[in-house]
Order: sequence, then structure tokens, then C-alpha cells
Amino acid sequence: MMSMRGVTKRIRAIKFALLSPDEIRKMSQTKVITADTYDEDGFPYDLGLMDSHLGVIEPGLRCKTCGGKVDECPGHFGHIDLAMPVIHVGYVKELKKLLQATCRKCGRLLLTREQAADYMKEMENVEELGGDATEVQFVTRESAKEATKRQRCPWCGEEQKKITLDKPTTFREEGHKLTPKEVRERLEKVPNDDLRVLGIEPDVARPEWMILTALLVPPVTVRPSITLESGDRSEDDLTHKLVDVLRINQRLRENRDAGAPQLIVEDLWELLQYHVTTYFDNQTSGIPPARHRSGRPLKTLVQRLKGKEGRFRSNLSGKRVNFSARTVISPDPLLSINEVGVPVEAARELTVPIHVQNYNIDMVKEWIKRGPIAASKTGDYIAGVNYVIRADGRRIRVTDKNADAVAETVEIGFIVERQLVDGDVVLFNRQPSLHRMSMMAHEVRVMPNKTFRFNLAVCPPYNADFDGDEMNLHVLQSEEARAEAKILMRVQEHILSPRFGGPVIGGIHDHITAAFLLTHKDARFNKVETTFILSRLGMSGLPKPKIKEGDLEFWTGKQIFSLVLPKDLNLSFKSSIASKGVTNPKELREEDSLVIIRNGQLITGTIDENAVGAFKGKIVDKLARDYGSEMAKKFIDKVTRLLIGAIMVKGFTTGIDDEDIPEEAKKQIVDQLKVAAEKVKQLVEAYKAGELEQMPGRSLEETLEVEAMKVLSRAREQSGEIAGKHLGMTNSAVIMARSGARGSMLNLSQMAGCIGQQAVRGERLSRGYWNRTLPHFRKGDLGAEAKGFVKSSYKSGLYPTEYFFHSMGGREGLVDTAVRTSRSGYMQRRLINALEDLKVKEDHTVRNTADTVIQFKFGEDGVDPSRSIQGDAVDIDDVLQDVLGEEPSWKERMTFKEMTSYGLTEKDMVVEMEEEEAEEEEEPAGEE
Amino acid sequence: MKFNVLEHKLVPEHRVLTDKESEEVLKALRVTKDQLPKIRGIDPAVRVLEKARKAPIPEGTIIKVTRISETAGVSEAYRLVVGR
Repeated sequence: MMSMRGVTKRIRAIKFALLSPDEIRKMSQTKVITADTYDEDGFPYDLGLMDSHLGVIEPGLRCKTCGGKVDECPGHFGHIDLAMPVIHVGYVKELKKLLQATCRKCGRLLLTREQAADYMKEMENVEELGGDATEVQFVTRESAKEATKRQRCPWCGEEQKKITLDKPTTFREEGHKLTPKEVRERLEKVPNDDLRVLGIEPDVARPEWMILTALLVPPVTVRPSITLESGDRSEDDLTHKLVDVLRINQRLRENRDAGAPQLIVEDLWELLQYHVTTYFDNQTSGIPPARHRSGRPLKTLVQRLKGKEGRFRSNLSGKRVNFSARTVISPDPLLSINEVGVPVEAARELTVPIHVQNYNIDMVKEWIKRGPIAASKTGDYIAGVNYVIRADGRRIRVTDKNADAVAETVEIGFIVERQLVDGDVVLFNRQPSLHRMSMMAHEVRVMPNKTFRFNLAVCPPYNADFDGDEMNLHVLQSEEARAEAKILMRVQEHILSPRFGGPVIGGIHDHITAAFLLTHKDARFNKVETTFILSRLGMSGLPKPKIKEGDLEFWTGKQIFSLVLPKDLNLSFKSSIASKGVTNPKELREEDSLVIIRNGQLITGTIDENAVGAFKGKIVDKLARDYGSEMAKKFIDKVTRLLIGAIMVKGFTTGIDDEDIPEEAKKQIVDQLKVAAEKVKQLVEAYKAGELEQMPGRSLEETLEVEAMKVLSRAREQSGEIAGKHLGMTNSAVIMARSGARGSMLNLSQMAGCIGQQAVRGERLSRGYWNRTLPHFRKGDLGAEAKGFVKSSYKSGLYPTEYFFHSMGGREGLVDTAVRTSRSGYMQRRLINALEDLKVKEDHTVRNTADTVIQFKFGEDGVDPSRSIQGDAVDIDDVLQDVLGEEPSWKERMTFKEMTSYGLTEKDMVVEMEEEEAEEEEEPAGEE
Repeated sequence: MKFNVLEHKLVPEHRVLTDKESEEVLKALRVTKDQLPKIRGIDPAVRVLEKARKAPIPEGTIIKVTRISETAGVSEAYRLVVGR
């Protein structure tokens, strides 16, 4: 590895060509004749499949070709001379094309001189205009098609016969079988210039080479035999297959030379073709796969490469790596968002290479002397050294015994593998890695216990929770990688999402509840409480109390929250708790949902999801944009600590009794639902009497369904409203729903009021029995209960029929999510594969690796969404406010840009219901 | 031709560049012709343009496409005519 340093080579192009028989024989170190591998003494036969000219796999032996030992000799090829030529399965398509496009007698391409010249010119033209290989292929395909069409050779006048392919490897000419030998003879006649018209470069790919006369035998290192415990040898599948080839080859040669009947020779020839075919691809359609004695199909060349377990996807794209760790994750609100807690056990195994230099040699020696399990005097973790790599590349494992001795031998130029210390840069990742925030750079904090830990605010970008999720960690090994990761991949650089330009890192769940409890209306805290909350920020000294009542001093929650805001912050927006559709400042102030921050002081308004939440937090957004990522990081660190402190002081709980509503309200809901059911009944009667007025574009039945749905969804809403009236802002569940911490008002009304209509494919339930959903109802009953309306609440419990209907709706959701995730996953995979080589160049054009332009300006406007304001490059209002010092009417701004109004509207309810339901149902499934 | 695609509201404006304009565009964008996105000679929009100028548009011609963009207001793109 060391000697590779500094050697930089660049692959400019890759050329594919055919192996000619001459080349095969030139590459070959030995001819293989004997179908056996080892003799009784365990030594390889000469000219056998395990000939020691082909490389060594046994330690102690030396290669007869290069003299190298096991790890030095790369292995060498051999070859088998085939008694009769056979077709290479990988090229049958090309062979068919060539046979059809050339004359059976003179071998010339079946095109006139002019046609050929035209096609050549077109190919040149395509290449000149930047066409790639696939585009050139369009032309060659065209020329081959044209040549195939011609019935008579334009050169010798020979009538052409129809060539068909009998899959997989038999060519027929009007029913008459063509032997590989005949095919080869024909192709030999095709002149070089004619091949170029078909897109074949004859210098490196003569078509007759697609018919094999010699078979390359791969080195033994490619197909090592394994010795079992019993002492028996077990050969690789490839070796087995080559044995078959050799045996049949031998028999064929003997029979042919002895002048056996034509029939027998032909049979053996076909058998040889079968073995060579399955040697390449054992899943060729049309022939039975070659099997092992046990009945397992052999894994031959193509099977080694293809598919998920093949060389490409499993060993090249999906390499396993060193210096990585994986374990369960858990939260730690006291870590910074940039940090990750690493268990001591992991930190001992994971290392960073340190180059020994003048300036650090003494320090490095100290590290080594500590041994591999170093502890400080207090018994805490300190970093030791696992390996010392000498200048010649030899690795020395450091143990407690040899630590001192090894430390003395260390010189400048050595590399020392040091265990992790606090502050090391690592990459942290959770699958599925759907976007760039799925893999971010963190700084290490070595900690006791066995889980990775990180700040809760970083859950949303990883889409992580702590119900058993595991995550991966990779230690960076070079200075360049560390620098790059720190600049580009650090968590703080990913606070703003490139998807929608808003924050993806911010408060969640308890943070938001806590923000509400801390800042809503006139929340105040006495000295003990305030001290406790502020101690979490590491502050010394208290600010001046806002309220004094006699001897008692109180601090307002808004005042406490303002401590984490920058002193020059000005911002105004609507809280998440704002009632839907309210825009009047007076009303907003009444419910304390108009947030105004002036010079870093929270004047009015409640801090909640719209202020500090992930995805919606206005303050986080503003700070990350205007004050930089460092400031935003500090804010998130501070605010999450502060809020956890606040919720510990206030205390917070929720339970099913949060959905208790008075008897009177329950009665109201029942009455109201009765009215709705009656209305549906009337609609059904009207329909039966033919009095229902048909809606345009709908049949009478559809009209009834639409009307019924309308009535019933209105009924659910109303019951929600009635229930909501009795659930005030002091109710924990309501606080969570309104502030955006968790759950929605819809969830609550379904618990307290009424669950509502169940639907499959957007229609009321209708399938099951003949003309009815369940035998509990009359045939043809179109009323509310019979078609899946659930009038109970989750709290009161469901009737058996309702329970069944509810499970029908639930099942559809489950199936939908299963189908959706697999389909969208595949779609994304294809999209990523198509876009992976695109990048934005210095001149703002988007180009691929061939340097062709994909977009003339990134996104047509050249704006980076994560640095834009609602899609615009500059926020004019904000600039004006800064320059003129005037505060623009917040209302004007909001109506213009619709920046807020996250309060629930009717439309939101529909969307939310779908989303929330999908989400709820997803999680329990994932837990199992 | 029964239908002029360029008159459809979803089809952006296409215009054939003169040789001089082409050269300027290539120079301004610092690209060679082969790096440009392509448009087929049989593309309906190209055929409309051919009909309008009553002459075939040879391969290698650059066509300027001006579209109304959601993000940028108006955006310009260039396409190289390739055969068939």
C-alpha cells in the first residue's frame, strides 16, 4: 500500500475486444489435457486442471511459472484445445446478426458499396456530434437490418437463404443444421471493411473468434479447491465443469480420429457444446442446468457475476469496510448536535492512523506505552495504540507486554494506529440512505455503555427513533477526508434541507411541548425553578426578574426563552397554536399566537413547532440563513437543553382521561350522529323513489354515494368540534396537538367523539356478501351503519360490525404503504442511477461525466434551494427591514407569501387524516 | 401537417439560430457542439420550423428553446439537431 502512494494514474478509456485463439495460446502457460486434478499423493497432475503452472493455492509450494509463493503469485491461465469448434453462448446474438447480414457464398456484407459508404458516414457524423456508443449502435443496428432484408448478394449474385437460431446455440439455414465449423468458415470470409459497417472493429474482434477453437482455463486461484476436515478435497464448481469439458473433448477426439460413425461424432460434438455453454452460463434458457451430484445447480462464470449476490453488487458496489462500527442508538440531550457518543468498547477497536513526525514523536511514544487498554488514573478511558506500522509496511500489534519495547522502536516515518479520542471526525449513517442527510459527519465523544448516542434534534434527518434502531459509524482515515467531511458533511452544515430550503434539524416532541409550557401566555417561574432551568445552559447568575410580588421574584417564560436568542434578532410570525383562519392581530394576541421578537426579546406569542420545530421552525431557519451554521448549531444545542429543563420543572403527562368529555357533550354527539344517519336514510329513500337529483357527470348511484359521504364526513367533523369545545388549552393532549409536538386534533376527536366513515378506494365499504357488507344487515341496505360508518369513538369502543369495518379500512392502508414503499424505492434507485454522474460545474451548467450539458443553468435559475428564501435568491422584505429599520406589516407579508397559517383548515384535515393514519399504521409494523 | 405543435400552450418557443448566432452562443457557453443536448431531426417542433422556412434544417444546426420556467421566469436552452 505504501509503495502505491504518489502514483496517480487515470483511466481514460476502456476498450472491449474478443480473445483470438492465438491470444489464448499466447496467454496460456500450459495446455490442459488430463481431466484429473490430484494424484494419490495429493500432487497435481502435469497437464491437469490443477497443474502447478497455473498458480499455487497451497502454502509452502511455489508456482512453476513465476516462482512466487501463495500470496505473491497471481495465478496464470492455461488452455484446452477443443477437438471441434463450439459456439460461445455469449455471442449468439451477434453471430445471428452476422450470418444474416453477410453472403452465404462470398462472405460480403449484403449492401451495395454506396449503402455501406452512407452508413459509415452517418456513424462518423454521430460520433462527431457527441453521440456515445449507444447512439452509434442505433446506426449499426440499422445497417444490419438493411443488409438482412436483401435476398440476393449484390457482389456475387448468390440467392440468400433464411437463417434461424434454434436457441440456445443451433443455427439453421432453411431447416438444415449449420455446424459451428461451417459457421466459422463463413465468417472467416467476411472482409474487414464490411465489418466496420456493422460496428465491429476487425483488428480486435474478428467474428470467427466468437466460435471457440481453444478454451481459456482460469488460474487455480480463481477456482481454489478446499480441503475438508476429513482430508477429502472438494473442487470448485468451475473445476468440475472443466473436467466435464475435458472428458467429452477427449472422447470426441478419439472417436473422430478412429473414424467413428458420423452420428456418434455429432452427438459428442453437441455434448461438448452443452458443457462449454454451461461452463459460461448455467442458466441459459432452453437447456437444463448442469448439476452437482447433490442436485444443486453449478455456479459457473455468469452466475459469479450476476445479480444481488454477484461480484458487482455484492463485492464491488457492496464492499465490506474496516474502521466501522454498528450498534443500537439511544438519545442524549446533553450532547451537541455535532457530536456522537461512542461506546468505549467500540472506541478501542476503531483507530485513526497518525504519522509519526518530529513534533509528535514523544507524544506518540507515550500513547504506545499506555498499551492497548489504556485508562487514566481515575479509571477513565484514554486512547491507546493498537498497531504500529513500520516504514517498511510491517504491522506490529501492540500488547500490554510489548508496549514499552515497541514504543522505543518508533521512528519518524512510522504510522501509529491510535484509538478514538474526543473530537475525532467520523461519519454516522442510518439506512435507508435516502438523502445526503442520511450520512453526516459527527465529532466523537467516547462514553460508557454500549450504544451510540446523539442529540434528539438530529433524529429527523436520519429518520431515526430509539425503538431498537441501529446505526453505522465510519472513522475517517486521512487528513483530506477529515477536512472534507468537516466542511461539507458536518451536521451543522445540514440544518437547512436542499429539498425545500427549510430546517430539517430542530426541536421534536418534548422540546415543542416544553416550548409551549415555557412561553405560553403569562407562564412564570420562581427563583428555584428559574435557577434549575438556566443551570442547564451552564449560565452563572440570573437575569433581573420581570415580576416582583412583595418578597417573591418571578421570571417570565418569555424572558427565559429570550436568553437563547441573538440580541439583534427581529422576527414575527404566527404560532402553530393559532386557530385556523384567524388573521386578525387582535384575535391572535388573545390566544397568544402572534410571535413578535424584537431585538432578541420575545415580546408576545407562544414558541412552538413553528418557531423551533424541525421542518417548520422559523427561528432555526432564520438563524441558519442569516447568522450562519455555527450560530444555528449553538441555538439548537442551547434551546434543546433549556426546553428539556423547562419540561422537567413543569412536568407533563397525558392519558386516556385527557379525552374525557362531559356526559352532556357525549349526548350531543350521539344526537347529532342520529340526525346525520337519518339524513342518509332520507337520501336513500329519495334515491329509491327516484327523486334524487342527479349530479352532472355522475350516475344516480354515484350521486347518492357522494351525498351520503358529504353528510357523514360533516357529521364526523361536527362531533369533533363538539368534543374539541370541551378540550381546552389546559389539556395535555390538546397542547401536544396544537403546538405540533405530536398527534393532531383529528386523532383527539376520533378518540373522544366519533371515528367516522371507513373507506376502501375512496368509497364507502360495499363488498363482502351479496349486495351487503355483512350478514348483520339487510340486502341492499345503503344506510350509514351498513356501509362502514363508525359512530363510536376509540375511547367508548367499537361495535363488532364497526370493528370489522375499521379493520377493512386499516388493511387497505397497510397494503398501500407496503406497495408504495417498494415501488417508490425502486423508482428512486433508477433515478439515482441515472443522475449519479451529474454535477454542477463552475459555470453553473449541469453536466455529466462526458461533459455534455444537461442544464444550461442549475435548476434554470441557478439558485441553491438550501440558500434561497422561499425559492427566491434574495428576501427583499427582509433587506428592506434591515436597511429602513421599519417593520413591515406582518400581515401583509403573510398574506402575500402565505408564510404561515399552519392552523388546521378543512383541507388540512383531509390530508392530515391520510398522512397520520399511514404513519400510525407504519410504525407498529416496523417495530416487530 | 394537421396540427402546429408550436402553437400549443405547453410547447415552448423554438427558434433556429443563424450560423453567426450559433457561434456566439457556443462561445458564450464555452461548449463545443457535441456537448449540447440533442433534438431529433424528426421532432415535431423541428418539422414545423422546417415547414416555416420551407427548407430542411441540416444536422448540426442549433435551435434555441425559450421556455417559461416556474423557477426562473424565462429560461433559455439550446439544442443540436441530429439525424432521424
